[in-house]
Amino acid sequence: MTDMGIGASVRRKEDYRFLTGKGRYLDDINLPGQCYAYFVRSPYAHATFTISSGKAEKEAGVIAVFTGADIVKAGLGGLICGWVITGKNGEPHKAPLHPLLAIDTVRYVGDPVAVVIAESYAQAKDAAEKVEVNYEPKPAVTSPTAALDKSAPQVHHDAPGNLCYDWEIGDRAATDAAFKKAHHVTKLELVNNRVIPNAIEPRAALGDYNPGTDEITLYTTSQNPHVARLVISAFVQLTPEHKLRVVAPDIGGGFGSKIFIYSEETVSAWAARELKRPVKWTAERSESFMTDAHGRDHVSHAELALDKNGKFLGLKVSTVANLGAYLSTFATCVPTYLYATLLQGQYTTEAVYCEVKGVFTHTTPVDAVRGAGRPEATYVVERIVEQAARDMKMDAAKLRRINFIPSDAFPYQTQVALQYDSGNYAGSMDQALELIDYKGFAKRKEQSKARGRLRGLGFSAYIEACGIAPSAVVGSLGAGVGLYESAEVRFNPTGNVTVFTGSHSHGQGHETTFAQLVSDKLGVPFDNIEVVHGDTARIPFAMGTYGSRSLAVGGSAISKAIDKIIAKGRKIAAHTLEAAEEDIEFLDGNFTVKGTDKKMDIAAVAFSAYVPHNYPSDELEPGLDESAFYDPANFTFPAGTHVCEVEVDPETGTVDVVKWAAADDFGNLVNPMIVEGQVHGGVAHGVGQALLEGCQYETDSGQLLTGSYMDYSMPRADIFPDIQVVTQVTPCPHNPLGVKGCGEAGAIAAPAALINAITDAIGSSNITMPATPEKVWRALNAGR
Amino acid sequence: LLVSLLRDHLRHTGTHVGCDTSQCGACVVHVNGKSIKSCTLLAAQADGADVLTIEGLAKNGDLHPMQEAFRDNHGLQCGFCTPGMVMSALDLVAQNPDPSEREVRGWLEGNLCRCTGYHNIVKSILAGAKAMRKGV
Repeated sequence: MTDMGIGASVRRKEDYRFLTGKGRYLDDINLPGQCYAYFVRSPYAHATFTISSGKAEKEAGVIAVFTGADIVKAGLGGLICGWVITGKNGEPHKAPLHPLLAIDTVRYVGDPVAVVIAESYAQAKDAAEKVEVNYEPKPAVTSPTAALDKSAPQVHHDAPGNLCYDWEIGDRAATDAAFKKAHHVTKLELVNNRVIPNAIEPRAALGDYNPGTDEITLYTTSQNPHVARLVISAFVQLTPEHKLRVVAPDIGGGFGSKIFIYSEETVSAWAARELKRPVKWTAERSESFMTDAHGRDHVSHAELALDKNGKFLGLKVSTVANLGAYLSTFATCVPTYLYATLLQGQYTTEAVYCEVKGVFTHTTPVDAVRGAGRPEATYVVERIVEQAARDMKMDAAKLRRINFIPSDAFPYQTQVALQYDSGNYAGSMDQALELIDYKGFAKRKEQSKARGRLRGLGFSAYIEACGIAPSAVVGSLGAGVGLYESAEVRFNPTGNVTVFTGSHSHGQGHETTFAQLVSDKLGVPFDNIEVVHGDTARIPFAMGTYGSRSLAVGGSAISKAIDKIIAKGRKIAAHTLEAAEEDIEFLDGNFTVKGTDKKMDIAAVAFSAYVPHNYPSDELEPGLDESAFYDPANFTFPAGTHVCEVEVDPETGTVDVVKWAAADDFGNLVNPMIVEGQVHGGVAHGVGQALLEGCQYETDSGQLLTGSYMDYSMPRADIFPDIQVVTQVTPCPHNPLGVKGCGEAGAIAAPAALINAITDAIGSSNITMPATPEKVWRALNAGR
Repeated sequence: LLVSLLRDHLRHTGTHVGCDTSQCGACVVHVNGKSIKSCTLLAAQADGADVLTIEGLAKNGDLHPMQEAFRDNHGLQCGFCTPGMVMSALDLVAQNPDPSEREVRGWLEGNLCRCTGYHNIVKSILAGAKAMRKGV
């Protein structure tokens, strides 16, 4: 390891520009002649409507008003969902039209019905009030379980009973048989609360059309600009792929919400061509609340069967998942393949079965938010395991330990389709117990009691499937895309290196991590490496960043390109040094003839490749520039144990998180400082979900009650203790870097750990997230 | 609004807008040495005032000790909340040169971050305050 290579906590390249106000986020970009878009949105959760834009068109500064009819006239298609789920009945999921602008029916509060484009944003917003929309309100349904009721209002006529799919995984008969042998069965009803992603930078778009070349450039807040280009070209049919450039500059956080292809970005690109002027749209925060795809929103019934020693015999789960009013880009796979396949947890549970009903409601579309399915799975498994320990009067750590998949049992075939590649679950548990000082807990509990506080401790032994994913596997499960990643490593003639990566960075620090990787493997100084991402015109192709895949998949693609660079460099050096290729060794940036002091550094090799005066041009092409696509052999399986301690004030129900220990296994680490930062952020996201955040709709009207930071409680600095992080390394055996991914772990682990700690403290499992003081107080005083 | 003047007219885009209810703190700047949310002040109200934004901190390309502390302690990820965090932190340190961890956490009530869990921001501010006390 060098001080700038793999394993070093190198300070980040991107920080100088961010710290000096020189980041270039979307709203910072302006183009000459730019005009501004404002979307007119439905105030009703469900209504039919007619619309007239004549008055608005006459308002000062207004350039155009477009409605759903204009979109239809232009021949544009709807937004798509890219993963087909096949239900129990063998049928594909129901996929109703998701128009860019609603045509005659609105289906959630915020559903766009028109766009006003004007010389200034204020003019567009003012004129929007003059767009005449006559709504005829209809009954709405927002709860996923209520939507399944026979009498529930229907969201789409072509999805009877509001059912998108009824899907299952696992062996039902084997699971039923396991339950017949049970000594004890623990049962839980669980609600995984709906959350709103809230990246601090709101979504934004700037469309630009060049009539001279017939090209559209869309600047957009995207985690995956190539996927946006593909969807907008191939499905919306705005323009052919080669005539559309999508640029995602510095992005202020994504957490999943910027994966998806939305209406506003697409309409801005189209309108720019219609008007032959750049069109800019920047979401107001209230629009972010209404229209960024929400997350979670599951209602589950779970049962765990145990034998008399506490061994897990079977797990049965039945889940209803809210998908919202329309299917967002990956909505269907989140509560199925990204959720139920993780219900094995870290355990040898002999039989697992899960059925999931995906349901339409009159709410904002629901899709992936940090963790995406895996927090929901971990919440089911770790809540019920903790409850089982209490039912059986066993130590919660010990119960987990006797059920852990042993570290010599890998690869381990689960009962729910995945094959875990490596892990040491007991090792993480040991680390977590040490870090939290488990032995000292009883004493701390006494001390809390003396101060009138209730202290509780909760575990979450989580597992996730990351590094999504082998294209053949996801293809067989219904994905419409492959999930490889691309990279290009280009030496410039003067010996510095430009790396083009398909992974998109929106806070993860790829410009640093990837430069460390290249510096380490090619021996090029860290400062001589530039990482480029987020532009379809510069990157070969890309699937983007989500599912903690950037290093495991994107980094592996870079690694593969580096191997090709070294292979070519070896040929060039062999020629120049007049040696046989097999006698050339490459180490620390130098090509050396084995057993001699004859050597050539890689910068000299690059120079000779670009200035080929004495160069074997008949055997080798000039240039030193290699690209690679990497398709993973399997998912990666980061795992670990988080433990937290809370103190509850019984008078007020207030929960103080007083200790947090995170013991994680992410495989090899490239930059431990960045990894720790990812864990902190993930834990905070999960603590937010468990304690504070809960999207609320009014039951009958379907109004979004949590539509601003005044109503939706975001985690702030003062609710957190010092978060202690420790890692162990069991390398991923199937990617060249041995890495697993770290971006979502905290958000996956945290909710279960925190709720388990609260239920431990108050001695009642009757708590739903977010565990507000009122709920905790009511649970404590239920018997009074 | 002051933030529109800064961003749209003066092209100082380091000051960001993250919400519409004056809560996220991405737009914090200093007006006459005090931190304020520039989304809640009319530009006219700042007429004649001394306005300092994130762009004004580094001198000749050298980071201010608070900026340096954020870089050393990984106090930023996506960078969007960062200018507001740094400006807010500087006002805290002006009022309280040696804040405790709890005081820092309490002070940040008006600044939202979704990436860092605040952990390293708090560490950065404590380190920045220390460096400023030493006059580094």
